[in-house]
Amino acid sequence: MAQKRRDFIKISSLSAAGLIFGSQYLRSSVPEYAKQNLGALGPMSLHRTPTYCEVCFWKCAGWIYKNDEGKIQKIIGNDEDENCNGRLCPRGTGGVGMYYDEDRLKTPLIRVTGADGKQTFREANWDEALDVVAQKLQKIKEEHGPECTALFTHGSGGHYFGNLLKAFGSGNIAAPSYAQCRGPREVAFLATFGAGLDSPEPTDIRDTRCLVLIGSHLGENMHNGQVQEMSDAIDKGATIITVDPRFSTAASKSKFWLPIKPATDMALLLAWIHEIIYNEWYDKKYVEKHTSGFEQLKEHVKNFTPEWAHGITTIAPDVIRETAREMRNASPAVIIHPGRHVTWYGDDTQRLRAVAILNALLGSWGRRGGFYLPEKLEVPEFPHPPFPKPNKTWRDAMGGKYALADLALASGVCDATIPSPDLNCNIKGWIVNGTNLIMTLPDEKKTLEAIKNLDLLVVVDTMPMEITGYADVVLPECTYLERWDDIRVVHGRKPNIALRMPASDPLYDTKPAYWIAQKLAQKMGLGDYFNYEKFEDVLDWQLKQIGTSLDEMMRIGVKNYPRESGPLYFTEDDTPIEFGTNTGKIELYSTAIAAEGFDAMPVYTAHMTPPQGFYHLNYGRAPMHTFGRTSNNPNLTDLMDENTVWVNPKVAKEWGLKNEQPVYLENQDGIVSDFSIKVRITERIRFDSVYIVHGFGHANPKLSRAHGKGASDSQLISRVLLDPIMGGTGMRGNFVTFRMEKGSEAKS
Amino acid sequence: MRYAMAIDTKKCVGCSDCVVACQTENNVPIGYCRDWIVEVTDGTYPQLEIELRSERCNHCDNSPCVRCCPTGASHYEKGGIVTVTHNKCIGCGACIASCPYDARYSHPEGYVDKCTFCFHRIEKGLKPACVAVCPTKCMYFGDLEDPNSEVSLVLKKRKHKTLIPEAGTKPQVYYLI
Repeated sequence: MAQKRRDFIKISSLSAAGLIFGSQYLRSSVPEYAKQNLGALGPMSLHRTPTYCEVCFWKCAGWIYKNDEGKIQKIIGNDEDENCNGRLCPRGTGGVGMYYDEDRLKTPLIRVTGADGKQTFREANWDEALDVVAQKLQKIKEEHGPECTALFTHGSGGHYFGNLLKAFGSGNIAAPSYAQCRGPREVAFLATFGAGLDSPEPTDIRDTRCLVLIGSHLGENMHNGQVQEMSDAIDKGATIITVDPRFSTAASKSKFWLPIKPATDMALLLAWIHEIIYNEWYDKKYVEKHTSGFEQLKEHVKNFTPEWAHGITTIAPDVIRETAREMRNASPAVIIHPGRHVTWYGDDTQRLRAVAILNALLGSWGRRGGFYLPEKLEVPEFPHPPFPKPNKTWRDAMGGKYALADLALASGVCDATIPSPDLNCNIKGWIVNGTNLIMTLPDEKKTLEAIKNLDLLVVVDTMPMEITGYADVVLPECTYLERWDDIRVVHGRKPNIALRMPASDPLYDTKPAYWIAQKLAQKMGLGDYFNYEKFEDVLDWQLKQIGTSLDEMMRIGVKNYPRESGPLYFTEDDTPIEFGTNTGKIELYSTAIAAEGFDAMPVYTAHMTPPQGFYHLNYGRAPMHTFGRTSNNPNLTDLMDENTVWVNPKVAKEWGLKNEQPVYLENQDGIVSDFSIKVRITERIRFDSVYIVHGFGHANPKLSRAHGKGASDSQLISRVLLDPIMGGTGMRGNFVTFRMEKGSEAKS
Repeated sequence: MRYAMAIDTKKCVGCSDCVVACQTENNVPIGYCRDWIVEVTDGTYPQLEIELRSERCNHCDNSPCVRCCPTGASHYEKGGIVTVTHNKCIGCGACIASCPYDARYSHPEGYVDKCTFCFHRIEKGLKPACVAVCPTKCMYFGDLEDPNSEVSLVLKKRKHKTLIPEAGTKPQVYYLI
């Protein structure tokens, strides 16, 4: 069904009245009590409310403190919380900025087309906005079937909207955090150990003697508990080995930094496996007892010598040997860290298999200082009728591909939205909650193509992210500081839970996601699936099933439970261990991957190198930002308000670039960044690469602090290297060059 | 009593949590700060070193800012903490000019502001907000005259330095190197 082109609408119809509270607070004088130099301001005088953070997926638990005027003042970590140990990261501490951001979405908006054909947003009340959504979803159900709807989600709202879609008859529930981020490592570790990694990863960094980071920049990604434990490991004298073409913060803390040629990590991993096997440095007892396929692996890596890898990676053979020996010396208290954003070159599941195999050979899985055995508390779901089985899902549009993907692929759902003669059902309606698909999915052109083919796009967010501009209906969610939410259940060393309760009524006309999902369900005749008066009743019911109550949790915020699954590590006796793989063993040779027709053991594939005048586009994190979602946060933009492009001094000299000089980046497909980005000349980056922090270069002017600040890496990621095993979207195959002006030709 | 801080450059990752925690603790307006991060990179690729430091007022024993203050607003508090009494400050800026560490700023309300070592917290037995929040636990705070305080112990154990010692201000923020 051909649709009229969907124009991007800037969120432009907001009333001025709503602005007063936020901006007044931000620009106003300091409260009277704080004017005293050594004033009364102290945590004891402030009221506190328990919460867990929503600025990133780590979900650290904390306390929201208010000042004497009853305004939210600060957020402090909860001492009982294993994710943060009482210390939030800068984003969690700066989470107050999400609440006070005067650019927040403030009222529901409905797309309307005027007599002149111009599309605008009209402010609406909740009832009419939800009516429009419910009616359009019903229409999609009648015309195409309920399975032609999908949810894209990141964060706490996913559960409510997920349940709404399941009740409606759709199983298309996708998070970009899988196929665009950690998916390959989940599949690789499932194939090897029969268990995925999840969040937080069960890396026993605090007790490790050797931590190996491959492109993982702990300390710049503030995965709080892990950063804390890395610091403990430094104190205890652990060896850190960092593999990165960039001198990352972690590299600067490392005994060994391997400045690898980009895209050649697999060769290094295979050479390490070779060294550990042929020097008999592996944990013989562990390998014999727990693994299968050792002889095949030994034969497979026979020729992958450090000398072979040297020619590919540029890492000297003696460095490869010495680092392998360091790992052996620490074994089993060694962690070859799986990383998190691992969708790089399309052979990512295989690369992460090599990581898993290395851990298995060194016996670190299930061992102190390696990977501990996490435990999670089961919290019963609030009673609701059984969900209907969907007639079809996104998988049916994949033609049998990606069978090993254990979660839905956001990119797969996007693909299934673009009409094709091969598909007998296209997705026609999207609900998007807490994820700015324009920036989170690679290949923006394809995302926009999919959006053009939708009958309905509903965006639920707190901020006017770019995706809101393409919506038919925008539903403003209140921030995490203003709402109840599901009980946080973490799998960690101890089972534990945390409560989030509102510290303030929602500002403006905003609502919590659970409320939005419940009201939509009621309008669609699905109210039975959300059968409660108040969300507090759901929480209290659930908490009472697990031996506590809402009252108790409001006082303590976090509750830790004793372990019931047994010790934190494998016992060293002869008890056999059954792994969740086909063979019940740790599979060095993966039968599951072989059964799908792929290499049972990882192989090295040469990846493209940049053409003359182009550089690998490497991207990553800054510790004070989470993706693009914090780039307008007043507290966090105060720390960093734009990204820069890191350029090696030799490259800068060649191009005549100066520090702070604004340049445009152009990629291999001729895509030029919307905005200029300032040059940062630094020795910290390899001559064949540039580096930018992800999440900047926002195009929506309604993000007043973020708009036009820096360049968006997402925009320049138009070449996607698909992982054939699980459908991950490899994003590191893009190259950029410099343009001095937007229209100018690149220097040849 | 002599309050001092020691900051471990080997553990600091430069995340700026200390900066935002200070801002929300002390109502420092957006756009201003009492502490900040410095990154120093040395060497040529791939022979490189980075030093990361969280910097703030050094609460010097010999503070030029206290000496030059015409109204006595800048003064020493218990334990050698250098503070500014806001309602005695005329905002002349002499102290800002005199500080070799650029640790003071002019508050939009017209007075000069700076780090207080979170005096209001340490009075209650709490640590300064920056120390309490630091995810890497790279900051140590306490009384140098108490040989068993964590700051005394860590300074005994580790090699350390101060910033711009040649200015003769006797700074009391130490960097573990």
